[in-house]
Amino acid sequence: MLTLEGVQTYYGNIEALKGIDLEVQQGEIVTIIGANGAGKSTTLMTICGLPRAAEGRIRFEQYDITRMPTHEIVQLGIAQSPEGRRIFPRMTVLENLQMGASKSNPDFFEQDLAHVQELFPILKKRENQRGGTLSGGEQQMLAIARALMSRPRLLLLDEPSLGLAPLVVRQIFEVIEQINREDDVTVLLVEQNAFHALKLAHRGYVMVNGRITLSGAGDELLDMPEVRAAYLEGG
Amino acid sequence: MSEVQTRPRVEIAALLKESVVAALVALGLTVVMVGMKTVDQPGGLGLEYRWNWVAAAVASVFIGRFLFALWRETRPRHAAERGPSRQQRMLTSGGDFIRKFGLWFSLFALGFAIAMPFLGGPFSTRYFIDVATYVTIYIMLGWGLNIVVGLAGLLDLGYVAFYAVGAYAYALLSTHFGLSFWVVLPLAGMMAASFGMMLGFPVLRLRGDYLAIVTLGFGEIIRIILLNWYELTGGPDGISGIPRPSFFGLDFSRRVPENGDTFHTFFGLDYSSMHRIIFLYYLILALALITNWFTLRVRKLPIGRAWEALREDEIACRSLGINPTNTKLTAFSIGAMFGGFAGSFFATRQGFISPESFTFIESAVILAIVVLGGLGSQIGVVVASVVLIGGTELFRGLEEYRMLTFGALMVAIMVWKPRGLFSFRRPTVILEGKKIVGSQAGEGSG
Repeated sequence: MLTLEGVQTYYGNIEALKGIDLEVQQGEIVTIIGANGAGKSTTLMTICGLPRAAEGRIRFEQYDITRMPTHEIVQLGIAQSPEGRRIFPRMTVLENLQMGASKSNPDFFEQDLAHVQELFPILKKRENQRGGTLSGGEQQMLAIARALMSRPRLLLLDEPSLGLAPLVVRQIFEVIEQINREDDVTVLLVEQNAFHALKLAHRGYVMVNGRITLSGAGDELLDMPEVRAAYLEGG
Repeated sequence: MSEVQTRPRVEIAALLKESVVAALVALGLTVVMVGMKTVDQPGGLGLEYRWNWVAAAVASVFIGRFLFALWRETRPRHAAERGPSRQQRMLTSGGDFIRKFGLWFSLFALGFAIAMPFLGGPFSTRYFIDVATYVTIYIMLGWGLNIVVGLAGLLDLGYVAFYAVGAYAYALLSTHFGLSFWVVLPLAGMMAASFGMMLGFPVLRLRGDYLAIVTLGFGEIIRIILLNWYELTGGPDGISGIPRPSFFGLDFSRRVPENGDTFHTFFGLDYSSMHRIIFLYYLILALALITNWFTLRVRKLPIGRAWEALREDEIACRSLGINPTNTKLTAFSIGAMFGGFAGSFFATRQGFISPESFTFIESAVILAIVVLGGLGSQIGVVVASVVLIGGTELFRGLEEYRMLTFGALMVAIMVWKPRGLFSFRRPTVILEGKKIVGSQAGEGSG
């Protein structure tokens, strides 16, 4: 469904991605784990063309999206919940969801709204409240819900567990699993929380310094001593 | 734990020290600016000293600072006593007044604006209607700029350029080709809109301060071109003899043409020079209301929502599939279009325009109206225009203290309400039961 081949991305002179090869199959949950600054978020952003890949190719289904403008990429059916949530703080929850709604067919709005409110009942309660007044967990739910409003086939999630209480993290991960299973949304998940992410994902990639060093099924990676040492135990 | 001390001991010595420092600053500023005045004397310029003025200024700063500091130190310290914090008020209740009375206030203001010329008394005098027309021009400009600055969040310091484009478009097309106001109005709007695009393209990547500087430069470029392109614009001489608008083809002149009517003969009225004044007032009122109506409508459409979202977070907008290029360009060009309409009106009302009417200070005043009113608030623009423009008119009697009052007013508003007079943002949709309804527009009107 999504393929990255030899993707290199630069921030000025700094090479953030040094040739990434990655693949996501239809219906999978794939996770990218790694330390701070490994290039996980950059990988997600590069898929959306912010920043653009300097080298390599990115394909989504039959399209080559390497050079496509961001808004066109999104219209192909890729939705992103960006790092740091980035909800619209002065707009209400409902307006935030409206911003995410499918551009192709306005009739879907009420249906999709009901669906995300079922996934995250708290958003129903808060619908006329401003985004900025929500708690961190609620904002994260809103960010995911907003991304889902566009009926994506591929959902890119950047650290949904960032700064959230374990209980809320579990709730969010359950929803990710649910939309993957029931709505057939393919998920590419970037996480620091390696344990949760690998348990949830079908497959995982480990990134170090702009390169992918390991890949494999989620539970395989969980058992690998180098993964355990680096990301799961101690430090 | 003992009782919480709510009124801390006031250290008079510290307050006095603070006041002395403020007074010294005032002294330093006023010695030259107030204390010395150049006068013409036989044998050249001489200086006249006004030390009593300096003393008065320093003394008032000292006392004022002391009282302010005293108030600051003695007011309740604890959040519970002071009620909800500014932050909370901003996020939750925000604008109880607007929410409760906004619609009534708007309707009242609108009714007053429409009925005003016929109310009699001071309201129907030529002076009052002239001032009202002048204020309404700024309301319209404020509403136009509000689209760019308030909704889309693009700080534009050169808005007056579009006002100038609209004014010159009408002046040139009508004096050279004899086109009527009603034909030129849409043309002027289109012209200003395309200038908005022209400004929009190079600044697409800029934000905040950088954007402000480029737009400032753009405003100056337009003014300087108007000043120097003598063959076309008449340079500093300006353009005079700009035709007045007609009422659906009926002129407002005293002399009746041989085979036709004027406004007063057609309606069987006695000729009065007030007809035109009142007509111009209604014309700008109508144009301004169209601007307002357009803004209120467009806020509920995808493009209006995209403007607001862009103001909040550009990256998020992109990742939601919004094309930021189109969004910014439409904001610039639509805002510019309304500036162009207002410019055409200005040209036809004055009958004479020159680059002097389109200096940076105009942009600054329009921006001040939008910011003081509260970014994005339609009703805030009305109140700020009435206060700033009408206020400075009222204080004309104070002569040189007019700008001082203006400045003091602006400082006061920013201290008291840093987010503008009306910082409450009305959501564009609310859910009632299971149905989605557009929230009732309560903001804005003449």
